[in-house]
Amino acid sequence: MYNDDKSTSYGNAEIGAGFRHRFVVVLHRAALVNSSMNKGILGLLTWLAPLALALPLRAAEVTVFAAASLTESLQEIAASYETQSADRILFNFSASSTLARQIEEGAPADVFFSADEAKMDRLETKGLILRKTRKSILSNSLVIVVAADRGAAIERPGDLATDRVKRLALAEPNTVPAGIYAKEYLRKEGLWSAVEGKVVPMENVRGALAAVESGNAEAGIVYKTDAAVSRTVKIACQIPAADTPDIRYPAAVVAGSKQTGAATAFLEFLASEKAGNVFGKRGFVVLKPGSPP
Amino acid sequence: MTAAEWQIVWFTAWVAALSSLAILPAGLAAAWLLARRDWPGKSVLETLISLPLVLPPVATGLILLQLFGRRGAIGGFLHDRLDLDVVFTWRGVLLALSVMSMPLLVRSARVAFEEVDPRLEQIARTLGAGNLRVFYTITLPLAARGIIGGMILAFARALGEFGATIMVAGNIPGRTSTLSLAIYQNVQLGDDAHAFRLLGVSVALAFIAVWGSELLLRTSRQKP
Repeated sequence: MYNDDKSTSYGNAEIGAGFRHRFVVVLHRAALVNSSMNKGILGLLTWLAPLALALPLRAAEVTVFAAASLTESLQEIAASYETQSADRILFNFSASSTLARQIEEGAPADVFFSADEAKMDRLETKGLILRKTRKSILSNSLVIVVAADRGAAIERPGDLATDRVKRLALAEPNTVPAGIYAKEYLRKEGLWSAVEGKVVPMENVRGALAAVESGNAEAGIVYKTDAAVSRTVKIACQIPAADTPDIRYPAAVVAGSKQTGAATAFLEFLASEKAGNVFGKRGFVVLKPGSPP
Repeated sequence: MTAAEWQIVWFTAWVAALSSLAILPAGLAAAWLLARRDWPGKSVLETLISLPLVLPPVATGLILLQLFGRRGAIGGFLHDRLDLDVVFTWRGVLLALSVMSMPLLVRSARVAFEEVDPRLEQIARTLGAGNLRVFYTITLPLAARGIIGGMILAFARALGEFGATIMVAGNIPGRTSTLSLAIYQNVQLGDDAHAFRLLGVSVALAFIAVWGSELLLRTSRQKP
């Protein structure tokens, strides 16, 4: 239970196992003494304690800072990765701009997976990522969404300028990638000045999605993949990829990582066919390896 | 300080002041009822009013968002019947600030009312004054110091509110952005200079509010 063959394959785990063995004996004695008084929770805890102690020694914990739009895909991919690797994957999902800022402030990230190249460029310029590990993995496209139930009647992008839309939910349009992409698109279509006053800027793209889901904004612009995870919004209008800036998701190992080996291994898995299938299923476009960064 | 920064400062100060005034009628009524009357369910009301003080502000914000959102019980009614939107507007800011600062006013005012000697009120009544007159001429003036102190506390709390505001009103530049939201936003953007200027203003406003209340209390204490 506390000393399975996996943990003995690690040098320091053996020492740890010996120590833990003694510790466990003490705990078991404690459990026996206690059982006369309190057979329930305490006894159970002392039996479970060795399990908890065994976990951290076994493998690395890779912390991945990833764009909010990647939430479901990466959770699925990590679950699949954890069945083939002893490493555990932890996530911090937020706007790429927020994550980049956190990494600049020294947040303990191992992998950064951004929704635009600009944030990655910013970290690379500051020497905060390992340049050689950087690769662009995915692309995505934008859609205009409205509430599925009692949603605004939007058929074409121009309808955003009408009074059918009082509030347009976007990710923050000056910093968050999804917002920047949407603003660029609206500018190009000549709609920005008409909708600027209606924009409700949200923390990240999922915030914009939530504002439409709750009905508090009549419409929003999010990624196609976000619209796919929500049952309460519907796509009013697809925005052709040719009309938006080039949407790219680069990933890299963070320079401050204390476990670049484990981080690189997970990064490689992200670019694998297996991961690609998950991304594809969720509506992302998987970029061919070797495409220009 | 840019024009946009001044707009944030004025907006924050105005909505905070407005919320301190808006909660006055209900806050005083609740405080007086808690101080002077006993009725079934009193402790429930007491707890409800104090809840925003101990709940995470974001949780309070979520409750308000559910109630006042366009699909919410109250928000739906306001939108459909009165064409009035609360969420993502300045009204949302006012609502969040009012709910968050209400307990501070009620607590101070309640103590102030309790400290008014009931015999003075009884004497006024024996001289023929009605309940309302007793309240306005005896109770309120004697409790004024505590009430004003509570209002200033509520105002100061409103100035710094963050969690409930961002849930209910979002952070829309020029519309619902308050000092604390703007500071957070600017730190996120990496625009520290901007954030520090707004920080300076926040400190100054808070200082003036607290200092002002101290001065007020001191001068009123010196009165015979």
